[in-house]
Amino acid sequence: MSSPLGQGPAIGSDIGTGPNSEDPRNEKVRSEQFAGDATPAGTPGDGGGSDKAENAIAMKEVEGLSLGRIVLRRFLRHKGAMISLVVLLLVVILSFSAIGINVLGWHTTGWWKWTYDAVPQPENGTAPTLSLIPQWLGGSGIHLGNHPFGQDDVGHDMFARVMRGMQQSLMIILVTGVASTVLGTVIGSVAGYVGGVVDSLLMRLTDLIIIVPLILLAAIVAHLFSNAGSIALALVLGGLVWTSLARLVRGEVLALREREFVEAARVAGASAARIIFRHILPNAVGVIIVSATLTMSATILTETALSYLGLGVHAPDVSLGSLISQYETAFTTRPWLFWWPGIFIVIIALSINFIGDGLRDAFDPRQRRSLGRKALKEKSEARPKPVTDAGPVADAGA
Amino acid sequence: MLTFLARRTLASIAVLFVASYLVYILSALSGNPLADLESSHAINKAQLIQQRVQLLHLDIPPFLRYFLWLGGLLAGVIGKLDLGHSPNGQSVTSELSTAMGSTLTLVTGATIVAIVVGLTIGITTALRQYTTYDYTATFVSFLFFSLPIFWIAVMLKQFAAIGFNNFLADPVIGPVTIVVTALVSGIVWMGIIGGDLRRRILVFVIAGAAAGVVLAYISLTGWLKNPSLGPVAFVVLSLGAAYLITVLSTGWANKKSRNTALSVVGIGLVLYFPLQALFNQYAIINFFTVALIVILIAAIGGATGYFWGGVDRGQSVRTGALTGFVMALFLLLDRFLKSWDVYFNQVAQGRPVATIGSGTPDLTADYWITGLDSFTHLLLPTMALILASIAGYSRYSRASLLDVMNQDYIRTARAKGLTERTVIMRHAFRNALIPVTTVIALDFGALIGGAVVTESVFGWTGMGALFQGAINIVDVNTIMGVFLITAVAAVVFNALADLIYTGLDPRIRVSA
Repeated sequence: MSSPLGQGPAIGSDIGTGPNSEDPRNEKVRSEQFAGDATPAGTPGDGGGSDKAENAIAMKEVEGLSLGRIVLRRFLRHKGAMISLVVLLLVVILSFSAIGINVLGWHTTGWWKWTYDAVPQPENGTAPTLSLIPQWLGGSGIHLGNHPFGQDDVGHDMFARVMRGMQQSLMIILVTGVASTVLGTVIGSVAGYVGGVVDSLLMRLTDLIIIVPLILLAAIVAHLFSNAGSIALALVLGGLVWTSLARLVRGEVLALREREFVEAARVAGASAARIIFRHILPNAVGVIIVSATLTMSATILTETALSYLGLGVHAPDVSLGSLISQYETAFTTRPWLFWWPGIFIVIIALSINFIGDGLRDAFDPRQRRSLGRKALKEKSEARPKPVTDAGPVADAGA
Repeated sequence: MLTFLARRTLASIAVLFVASYLVYILSALSGNPLADLESSHAINKAQLIQQRVQLLHLDIPPFLRYFLWLGGLLAGVIGKLDLGHSPNGQSVTSELSTAMGSTLTLVTGATIVAIVVGLTIGITTALRQYTTYDYTATFVSFLFFSLPIFWIAVMLKQFAAIGFNNFLADPVIGPVTIVVTALVSGIVWMGIIGGDLRRRILVFVIAGAAAGVVLAYISLTGWLKNPSLGPVAFVVLSLGAAYLITVLSTGWANKKSRNTALSVVGIGLVLYFPLQALFNQYAIINFFTVALIVILIAAIGGATGYFWGGVDRGQSVRTGALTGFVMALFLLLDRFLKSWDVYFNQVAQGRPVATIGSGTPDLTADYWITGLDSFTHLLLPTMALILASIAGYSRYSRASLLDVMNQDYIRTARAKGLTERTVIMRHAFRNALIPVTTVIALDFGALIGGAVVTESVFGWTGMGALFQGAINIVDVNTIMGVFLITAVAAVVFNALADLIYTGLDPRIRVSA
């Protein structure tokens, strides 16, 4: 179904990838050309539309784009990842704006009327006052009320508590993610680049960390640093979950170390640190980013599980996991105490997982573009046609 | 290979030694093992403290006390293993063997079911890549992957146990539920089987109608209250299994294999009645005799395949043995269900799905009743574990199969005219299993250490619960015992995963 119109700019861009392709002006002109070209073809109901758009995408990929641009473009096209990114941002903004920030002495107030440790009078039988059914549908109208997520038996406002728990969980994810990524990258790349005894020692250290049980260390942290709060827990988690990233980075560095550009840098007299950080790691950035994202999604489950077992975040502070454990027995009488923290854990973990999936697809060089079934069918139907036209073989259509 | 193993073992022992020292010191420093006695008001407080100090050698600082523990461990070489005592005076070795048995019961079943279901989902989604079924399954597995296991567990308790038990009091399935389930079943099967429009509609109608009829039958006859299979349902199920196994293993067109499967079902029907009599010999029926019967029936199936023979005897033997094995499982299921009525009314008092523990306390009954009792207690924790691990297995096997399906040798196999079944089952599936095997080995190794959260929610007294309890009271010896088993399992299964990988994939050779 590829129309001659679709072939036109494609050829043009093929030529364009020549010596001039580095010129930013050229790229701009070309992409405008594409934009103008794609609009009429994208009319609904036109079977050739997706084929043509797909051609345009393919041609864009052979344009002189940097790896970063290609990855960004692929990531932006991943619907699940983009939706998840928006959801995650909304959740972060909601949790931090609602009850304000209170970290390391720095304090702001949020727009929500209760704080997580305030004890207002129970109302509405402590049930949630949130209502989403408008009046014309027989509901009580869309409003938040005084306690949209309900209250617990004491009277704590559940919305404020869930927001506080979310802040704690998000903070732990972030600190753990950053700490483990830095540790894993440095240890993995040093082990891979230096090799020899250093490599053996670092890898045995990795083995060591893997077999020391996480729950034991969490218990020790809970015992020794009971006042340090969740930062200590986050740092301990970060100090333990870097192992898989270190192994991945080491493997990547082992392969990159033998490449010519590293040799060239070495001959030019670059120091080991410079070679690792300027030449090798930028080439391994895909592995690192994807692994960091997946570590973060695993961390929220680990953190909530530890808090559930009473080894993570402690009362009077709350995390999503400790909320669930605290209200587990109230499931039959006040189910909302149990539902809200769980739903937010799932939302956060799910969106980070989808973002990680999108990043993995974006960085995967084998992943060209994921075609829909329809586009694939059109493509495969379009392909044999010239053969049938050219050759006298009769049963090609069968 | 041997040098590789030797080096590997030595390095592992060194790592284990350092790790155990670290864990010993850390756990000794994590709290005060005398805390409960010091705050007690017992008259003989000083004496109790003195006793515990002596029992646990608390007068020696932990940096040195470790070597006492290590000595006890090394004495295991000459058969005098001594891992010390817990504060209440029980020996750690006996504690461990009880907990180990309970954890293995829980983890083995869950792992097997998770592998079967996860691989099935992974393979079908890979074969139907980019269909609605694929997208839905992907989304659902991401969802399970993101669910905290304690949350699933509490919800299972609420809905699968309390809700289902209430439902069993009057097990009538409403017409709306029947229709919705039938529609969903039709859509799912349509998605899995695929094909052109006519085939899709046909599959939808057949699968939907089958689900609807079965549900209606269950509801109308009150089957859930008094479930049974009986010879007819047994034969129908066995025939279905025989068909499926033959199709997957050799293809229905293979006459010898088809005849084998069908004659095995015939033999099963003949054996059905004499076996019932045997199953009622309560004196000799226990786990081992039942396992022996299953193996025997599978062997009979294999022998049937051997006698049908043919050019490729192995294929028929395999089909026969697999059919015999599945059929034996149906026979057991049938026998277990016959005891259901007694169990339901007398042991469980009408609320069969248990939420706590690994068995009804002080239950003395025959093998079939105790089997049902463990089943109802295993049901919820197993479901929680399965939901958590299915996601990983299905994603992994899907990626692996997709990777293999793009290889050149698959194209070659197709080009030389092999059937799609042969290409997928013999060329693609087996190679796709290689990386999955290693993941499963590592997972299982990790699970032996106990599923701490699952055990905690369901009050299951396995390794995880033992470990958690020991941490709470600073019981260093028990912590070390659990750690030892966990760490050794991790090391062994890691090495095993490497060996499996090299064994299955000839391109990979371990370097010494």
